[in-house]
Amino acid sequence: MVITSVSSNPQPTLVARELSVFYGEKQAVFDVDLDIMPREVTAFIGPSGCGKSTLLRCFNRMNDLIEICRTTGSMLLDGHDIAGPDVDVVQLRSRIGMVFQKPNPFPKSVYDNVAYGPRLHGLAPSRSDLDELVETSLRRAGIWDEVKDRVDQPGTSLSGGQQQRLCIARAIAVRPDVLLMDEPCSALDPIATATIEELIDELRSEYTIIIVTHNMQQAARVSQKTAFLNLGRLIEFDETTKIFTNPSEQSTQDYITGRFG
Amino acid sequence: MTSTGLSAISSQAAANRLLLRRKRAERRFQLYGILAISAAVGFLIVFLASIVSRGYMGFVQTEVQLTVNFDAELIEAGSYRKILRTSLVELFPEAGSSRAERRALAGMVSAGTVFVLRETVEADPAIVGTVQDVWVLASDPVDQFYKGRIDAALPEGERPISDASLARIAGLEEAGRIALRFNRNFFSRGDSRNPEEAGILGAIVGSALALVVTLVVSFPIGVMTAVYLEAFAPRNRITRLIEININNLAAVPSIVFGLLGLAVFLNLFGLPRSAPVSGGLVLSLMTLPTIIISSRAAIRAVPPSFAEAAMGLGASRVQAIFHHVLPAAAPGTLTGAIIGMAQALGETAPLLMMGMVAFVVEVPGGFTDPSTVLPAQVYLWADSPERGFAEKTAAAIIVLLGFLLVMNGLAVYLRRKFEKQW
Repeated sequence: MVITSVSSNPQPTLVARELSVFYGEKQAVFDVDLDIMPREVTAFIGPSGCGKSTLLRCFNRMNDLIEICRTTGSMLLDGHDIAGPDVDVVQLRSRIGMVFQKPNPFPKSVYDNVAYGPRLHGLAPSRSDLDELVETSLRRAGIWDEVKDRVDQPGTSLSGGQQQRLCIARAIAVRPDVLLMDEPCSALDPIATATIEELIDELRSEYTIIIVTHNMQQAARVSQKTAFLNLGRLIEFDETTKIFTNPSEQSTQDYITGRFG
Repeated sequence: MTSTGLSAISSQAAANRLLLRRKRAERRFQLYGILAISAAVGFLIVFLASIVSRGYMGFVQTEVQLTVNFDAELIEAGSYRKILRTSLVELFPEAGSSRAERRALAGMVSAGTVFVLRETVEADPAIVGTVQDVWVLASDPVDQFYKGRIDAALPEGERPISDASLARIAGLEEAGRIALRFNRNFFSRGDSRNPEEAGILGAIVGSALALVVTLVVSFPIGVMTAVYLEAFAPRNRITRLIEININNLAAVPSIVFGLLGLAVFLNLFGLPRSAPVSGGLVLSLMTLPTIIISSRAAIRAVPPSFAEAAMGLGASRVQAIFHHVLPAAAPGTLTGAIIGMAQALGETAPLLMMGMVAFVVEVPGGFTDPSTVLPAQVYLWADSPERGFAEKTAAAIIVLLGFLLVMNGLAVYLRRKFEKQW
């Protein structure tokens, strides 16, 4: 467990301290301390049910929607508290976007899918601003060339990989700082997965990305930092290369070599 | 070696027998299904054929052409009865002048003819002092005979029309002064004691007004209740109790809703009796569970990923519901509402208590006017002894079925339309 504290390093974007999550009586995440650095891809890996998705959903407070779910500890986004009861989650979620496991475009046109967030937050005052924002978002998500002739078509008519990129375009249209991705490729074929992975690598230049994956090759390919979780505890968090070549913990070693999980 | 070979063969044969039996069972089951559907379709065809064969005559009416002298003096005196009598005598000059003969003559045309003549004059005062050919409604026995519903071969005492009248009808036919014409009155008038004059417009308007009240009251309340229960209500004992009660309400006999309406809307709130506003309120009580249950099912069927995606973008729960979940649930919600409305359209029992199963001549002009509804009109006519009402009953059923068909068509159309947006 290494916490970087060299003064020349930039400030972490997201900080979690003693973060615990409970579902009713059952504790799902135990005292996690984590620093997410800006403009980096951080991967959460670990066996099923280890709490990686739950931890991810803490950051944009999606766990609040589950009635029996309770979170303790502190979370800071750029030094500001985002764990307290007074935090405006609407504001928070416009700064921390989310891409879900299954592509979930709205049953609306491609355009309306991307325009929904900006409209919600009033980001584009005029029609031409909105058009521009939709186009740049689709371009950044690498899907513009494929859909530019059919932005009026329903988003659900696209292929699975295109839908997922549409969802990424929709998430970045509200200009977030952080993108949370919850197993974004688990419902996609290998080619669509490769496209998304390339996209993640490009998006790294502008966004801080946290990705949950149970595909270790994917974590090794796309991330700079990797966090290994097991049974709700953060076992090891370090440079991805170190985790995959020379982990400090025995259980990390066991997991990445396929001995369990 | 041989024994294992034999057992393999016998087990093969057993497997074949089993397969054959399963295939037979499958065919048998399909046959049962086809039989059941044929029976249902057969009953439907018999029902429709009987209704249509009885009812189509309700849309035409026998009319008699009179030559009427709109005498200025008689009109001034208001004796339209005398004007009518004169033209009848002119039409049948062979009739005697005895009281009984005169009554028989008057019995050839509808009892309302006198009022029709007055209305004609009032509508067009220029005809006073002229002689005009006017088509008037034939009386019920003449109408029924002309439509072939009365057997002329029966002895005179056993049929509702006399030999003399039959002779007069034959005379009219020869002169081309009797004909079956489209029954305008049926669609432009309210109920009447005389079957030839009775119309269904009053009941149609009454039903429409009551349904408007029902829709306006039950649709928003029903959908909002469904939204609240599905998306906002905490899961606890109270909401579970409410859910169970709503489900049970859907099975409560409708007459009970009528009693409730009588006690609450009429007696407590003092709403007008026999009026579409009170009837509509009772019907909306009845329709609410249907709308709530179908809307909840529709909302539950919307993938939670829509709401999740919206909230992930910073939408509040209310925004997520109204922007994404409700539109996606709209086809189901609308179908439920229209099915509820169709149920309400066919309901009589609760309206019995509200005084809407009533003889109402005037076509209602508003939500507080006395009125009746289509199924009540069917019931009232079916209960009347005059022969003419039998075909009116069937015709009214055709109209009612027509409205139901239109409503179901609307449900299908709306569902298609809203699903296209996806």
